[in-house]
Amino acid sequence: MEKLLLLLHTEDDGSLRRQSLEALTSAKETAEKIGADFYLGIVGNGAKKSTELIGNCGAKSFAVLEGNDFSAPRYSTDKSAALALIKHFAATVVIAPNTSRWARALPGATFQAGGRIDTRVTGIATDGGIQIQRWYYRQRMLATLSRTQRPWVILIESGIFKAWEKVSVQVNVEEVSAELKPEMKRTESKGYENASGGEQTIKPDAPILFVAGAGYMKKQSDGKTHVKEAEELIKKFLKLSGASLGSSKSLVEAASEGAEVISIMTHMNQVGQTGSTPRHQKGLSTCCHGEEPHVIGWRFINERRAVNTDPNCGWAQGKTDVLYVADAFEVMTKLNEKWGQKWGQA
Amino acid sequence: MSDFQIVVCGSLVPDPLQTLEPLSGATAPSLKNEMMLPTILDPWAAHALYEAANLAKKNQGSKIYLVSLGPKGKLQQLMMSVAQKVGFELIAIDGSASGFTEPYEVSEVLASAIKSIPNLDMSKLLLFGGCSSASRDAGVTMQLVAERLGISDFFLGVDELIIEQDGKLTFKERVEAGQYLVSTCSAPPVAVGWSTGTLPVPPNNPQLGMMNMRGVLPALQKAKSVKVSAEGVAYSKVEQPSQRRDTRIVKDTPVETIVQELVEWLRS
Repeated sequence: MEKLLLLLHTEDDGSLRRQSLEALTSAKETAEKIGADFYLGIVGNGAKKSTELIGNCGAKSFAVLEGNDFSAPRYSTDKSAALALIKHFAATVVIAPNTSRWARALPGATFQAGGRIDTRVTGIATDGGIQIQRWYYRQRMLATLSRTQRPWVILIESGIFKAWEKVSVQVNVEEVSAELKPEMKRTESKGYENASGGEQTIKPDAPILFVAGAGYMKKQSDGKTHVKEAEELIKKFLKLSGASLGSSKSLVEAASEGAEVISIMTHMNQVGQTGSTPRHQKGLSTCCHGEEPHVIGWRFINERRAVNTDPNCGWAQGKTDVLYVADAFEVMTKLNEKWGQKWGQA
Repeated sequence: MSDFQIVVCGSLVPDPLQTLEPLSGATAPSLKNEMMLPTILDPWAAHALYEAANLAKKNQGSKIYLVSLGPKGKLQQLMMSVAQKVGFELIAIDGSASGFTEPYEVSEVLASAIKSIPNLDMSKLLLFGGCSSASRDAGVTMQLVAERLGISDFFLGVDELIIEQDGKLTFKERVEAGQYLVSTCSAPPVAVGWSTGTLPVPPNNPQLGMMNMRGVLPALQKAKSVKVSAEGVAYSKVEQPSQRRDTRIVKDTPVETIVQELVEWLRS
């Protein structure tokens, strides 16, 4: 029988992010379907207290690793902590959220545990054992696979499972220790900084993704560029709608090529082949013309609309639900006016 | 300033503009006409290579090795363009570059090739690669190579590496919600999975290309053949997404009407 461990980490403030609660749902459902024992391990600041928040999850037992050495994300210590919990429960299957912290550390922990790992998993089926779904070639093909090696570590993407509804229940929690060698502390965390150096424009939980393309940098109908005006329009829309900001590759790369740029745009905003593939309910694309690489960035956007001046653009044909053939500057100006009059800021 | 030994792991992937079609295989899937598809250097690995070149330029005495696993013939084609970008010594390994191979096996091959580099000094080693590949897209190979080489410091999704005056290395790693995690490591060896970094793609330099190719061709000739597969993995299905949408094209419509429709949709 499989022994299934759900491996979570807390945030700096001791909370559990939504993605962790989604992983909890997936672990619990999987354990029930395959008849496996289900265990819970948490690493990080306030880990012990956080177990109470999800004490209703039905795990057979709980274990934590906390303390200064495990507060901030760090490959070596996170790897050791995860390894200690995998060994503690003798887990054969480990489910964890695909956060940046676990994506960094769990491959190393898996290696040390003699197992195998699959990341960015977008589905788990349980017909005749565990089977996972994940994308290959940057969202261009979807594979279903199983593995014989154990422990099998599975990192679940966000937005796949419903978040577990927390109910505080006090539970017995074991405190586990991990072996920490001096060389594991060569790296020191210095904290966080915003990529854009100012306003936060990337919002994974926002219902809307707003994507700006390189068309904003080009000469408009009056024969001049209006980059600063575009920046103000975009900033205003983000403020009013609460949307997350995405960008095409060509727009973010304009900065490194010395062109006049939209200052809030960085590589972090880039969606597509070498950017991210965010998950939002709705996506509005303006001034974008990329085809296949662009589709990759929009793979997990449910409802898609686009505004650009070319009705034959590859991005429009069969990829978006509605294409408005119009000047994005005019549309965004009016859209901001209308939104502001009717609802004010989101 | 320090002199580094920078080892960049990077291989080829199909050009992102190509339509890919999966084929079932006896052990693992493959791509239709895989050997015919035009290829590029894996985008994030390419960024790692450009960052390596920039670092080597700023730190006299540094040397760059490009460790590349792929079919020898395809690697040779690829190197014709890559060699014009930056100076490096190629360590070629002749084997599959498929996304359906197992990173555990790939990492063993890469680590073995790195260990065979003459006079490799671990105290100067910066192990670079992409934060994930555009084929397997797993983001785990670099950690596994680091583990096999005994490197205990790894950074994923790095956009910036700063060498401080005291020799410490400061990294900015992409984390959630558009933020960077800033960390400092006391000294090499370190392993780094690069994101897009901060540098533009270097222009082609035919002279550099010719110089590089003098080393590239012998490296390709002596490339060791290896077998990498996906032992223990059973692929039950591989399919392309069918996401053709019925696009409604709205043209010759007043902006007010478009805006009204957009507002209703965005707020619904």
